[in-house]
Amino acid sequence: MSKKSALQEKKPFAVTLDVGTSLLNKTGSWRTSRPVYVDRLPPCNNACPAGENIQAWLFEAEEGNYEAAWRKIMEENPFPSIMGRVCYQPCETACNRAMLDESVGINSVERFLGDQAQKYDWKIAVGKPTGKRVMVVGAGPGGLAAAYHLRRFGHAVTVFESASKAGGMLRWGIPKYRLPREKLNGEIERIEEMGVEIRLDTPVDDLKATMEEGGYDAAFLAVGAHTPKSLDIPISGNIPVIEGITLLRDVELEQTRYLKGRVVVYGGGNTAMDVARSAKRLTGFTPKVIVRRARERMAAHDFEVHEALEEVVDILNLRTIKEIKGSTFVLEKMVPDDSGRPFPTGQFEEIEGDVLVMALGQDSELGLLRNFPDIEIKWGVVSVNAGMMTGHAGIFAGGDMVPSERTVTTAIGHGKKAARNIDAWLRGEQYAPAAKHKIVTHDMLNTWYYSDAPRTIRPTLEVIRRQSGFAEVIGDLNEENALFEARRCMSCGNCFECDNCYGICPDNAITKLGPGNRFAFKYDYCKGCGMCATECPCGAIEVVPEEI
Amino acid sequence: MPQLPESKQKVKFYQTGTFTVGNRLLEQDHRTVQATIDRSNSLDSGHRACQGCGEALGARFAIDAAMRATNNQLIAANATGCLEVFTTPYPETAWSIPWIHSLFGNASAVASGIAAALKVKGRADVRVIAQGGDGGTTDIGFGCLSGTFDRNDDVLYICYNNQAYMNTGVQRSSATPAAARTATTQPVGDEPGNVFNTGKSVPLVAIAHQIPYVATASVHDLHDLELKVTKAMQIRGARYIEIFVPCPLGWGSLPGDTIKIARYAVECGMYPLIEGEYGEITAVTKIRRRVTVADYAKLQKRFAHVFKPENAHQLEQLQAIADRNIKRFDLVYREGDES
Repeated sequence: MSKKSALQEKKPFAVTLDVGTSLLNKTGSWRTSRPVYVDRLPPCNNACPAGENIQAWLFEAEEGNYEAAWRKIMEENPFPSIMGRVCYQPCETACNRAMLDESVGINSVERFLGDQAQKYDWKIAVGKPTGKRVMVVGAGPGGLAAAYHLRRFGHAVTVFESASKAGGMLRWGIPKYRLPREKLNGEIERIEEMGVEIRLDTPVDDLKATMEEGGYDAAFLAVGAHTPKSLDIPISGNIPVIEGITLLRDVELEQTRYLKGRVVVYGGGNTAMDVARSAKRLTGFTPKVIVRRARERMAAHDFEVHEALEEVVDILNLRTIKEIKGSTFVLEKMVPDDSGRPFPTGQFEEIEGDVLVMALGQDSELGLLRNFPDIEIKWGVVSVNAGMMTGHAGIFAGGDMVPSERTVTTAIGHGKKAARNIDAWLRGEQYAPAAKHKIVTHDMLNTWYYSDAPRTIRPTLEVIRRQSGFAEVIGDLNEENALFEARRCMSCGNCFECDNCYGICPDNAITKLGPGNRFAFKYDYCKGCGMCATECPCGAIEVVPEEI
Repeated sequence: MPQLPESKQKVKFYQTGTFTVGNRLLEQDHRTVQATIDRSNSLDSGHRACQGCGEALGARFAIDAAMRATNNQLIAANATGCLEVFTTPYPETAWSIPWIHSLFGNASAVASGIAAALKVKGRADVRVIAQGGDGGTTDIGFGCLSGTFDRNDDVLYICYNNQAYMNTGVQRSSATPAAARTATTQPVGDEPGNVFNTGKSVPLVAIAHQIPYVATASVHDLHDLELKVTKAMQIRGARYIEIFVPCPLGWGSLPGDTIKIARYAVECGMYPLIEGEYGEITAVTKIRRRVTVADYAKLQKRFAHVFKPENAHQLEQLQAIADRNIKRFDLVYREGDES
């Protein structure tokens, strides 16, 4: 009688294998393509001239972590409270949510965060002292942004400002009804508290001399554009002619007694709109704005034109001022050609006015560069390389004095970029910006998952109150509305831990790593069906072919 | 300026609401079982279902939810079919629960027996589930199922409906929709695919048995599915849940589109999500973003022939079925409805 083996004793007839779990079966070998987690570039971030990581700070704000959200903004832009009032919001124009209902009100949330910071007096730490000294010319948005970032790197910074107060165009070009001065002052004071020295009433006449005298290692120039462009108009009689930019400055200084009667503004940019809206408040008469181009081709931003019209400002498009006789303005009608360029028609009309305000744009005053022959000036602006450096090593420039869109946000972006390049240059290195991810388009999202939610509309000051005072036109969001608005963000291209991939994997091939740590694929079991990528709401999973 | 309804945004708006599996902005109690790190994974990795299998997904969703609802005191009887075959090729099992393979047609009878045994043993804490595909439920196991309902045995029967016999090679079942191509309803002749006006709706048949709870669910709406399974486990007596589970192999669809197809099936009206108690339809899940039957059908090769010009009438007939469902079950939001 043969002895049965232990194996045969334990198992039923014809069975030879041990039973066990299916985990022994590594189904990952079936796969021909694999899902991978990616971070893509949200369109808002891509559009931001100041390079803010908008999706990231909205992510913090969604959970009510307002200080963390604010600190994320402050890594890129020191002026959230100002941005939330004066930025032209290219982020919202780019927002993918616009395809679903309406774009996220990024600007209003930024304003809320900036105001929270001022309310609770949140501060920013400065870097460890490097012993390097940098001078900044101009305390406008570009100059102050550069000074702020340079302080965070630990450099000593001195800002030279020719005017009696800091802020540049933020103060002298943007009226109070758009940017209340306590908000502007609050943002500037925070930068001063970081140890940035701002020398007011100190114009720099000769940059070379000032640099040598002060022993500065590098310089950032952001003198802006403050010299009005002029145009010769034959004038008979003694009608007052004022520069738009001068008028806005006088509005700030409350010295506008000369502005009386019917104001005629010449120009179609944002300055012209601001002048007309200020004139309406100061004179009570309806100002007339003479614009050479058609309405849709005006240089002013749409919402500025819209708000001006709401406040009853007459905009006369396709007109030029031919001559002024006493209080009579002779206008020539224009007609656009196919490309939209206006041409004179030889037809004239007359309007009456008491004051002419010229708002035809500004040039930069660049006399301080006369001792730097290697710095190129072309079309009235300074040439810089990709790192914002001029032709002279160690001298950087940005804002309105270099070729740009000439907006506050662009200037702030220049300041940041220049500060990073200056910091690298001072260490003898080259600043290498991080590689850009692929931009998220609407078709990469699965928008079924997002709740339907209309945009929160900010309260607007009633028109009748706007016509007589300089109170702020656009109101605040309260905390509840701001939170709601932040939560409308779809987090394009960046995982927001919705658990969809983890939940819907038929093979349980995803590990959840816990709050803040996202997820990981178990490639031992992932069969590569790609359902996770299809069902990821925000497009943060990509399926790539497996190397076979 | 328009005022926002404050209560609405406070309570209801959490970025993705309850549409995603989880949501870090929701209270813990309102998140799904599948969103938790410690879910039971009753149907674990390593099973041999095809890529993108809706049934594997639906089974884990349902059993994990039932496990949580019963404090892990659960026994399942499983009819023959895909689910049984791909989870338990000897000597491996993907199940981490007590699990019995019955015959093709008697899963509900076996479950009734288990329930009876537990009653005798006084184990009221242990609950019983029977599960199978549409073939084992609507055709072969139909008599046993009706008996379980008739006796009101304490069993939850879950049918994973993928609308044909997939395990044996995609043959027609009584749950196969009109016009669909299967191995036995070929897309040939004047009326290609499955014949119109045939088949049966077992959820409605179950409601007709006047049992305590009947529901239909879909893998695309996890919150809804888990809610229904949890509710079913809180009730004693015979209960029936049918889960819509797309089959990439049998339907000729992309494995990555499984959930999308389930969503479209519900949102075009072809697969209404309903609940019934004691013979009455008590609730429906409304359509969120309505799509057409064509949107749904064009993702699947089994309906490819309905897009040929000569078969245009078939697509119209399918749309008419969906429209009838929408009307019959009142599936579309109307003005004034709570959304």
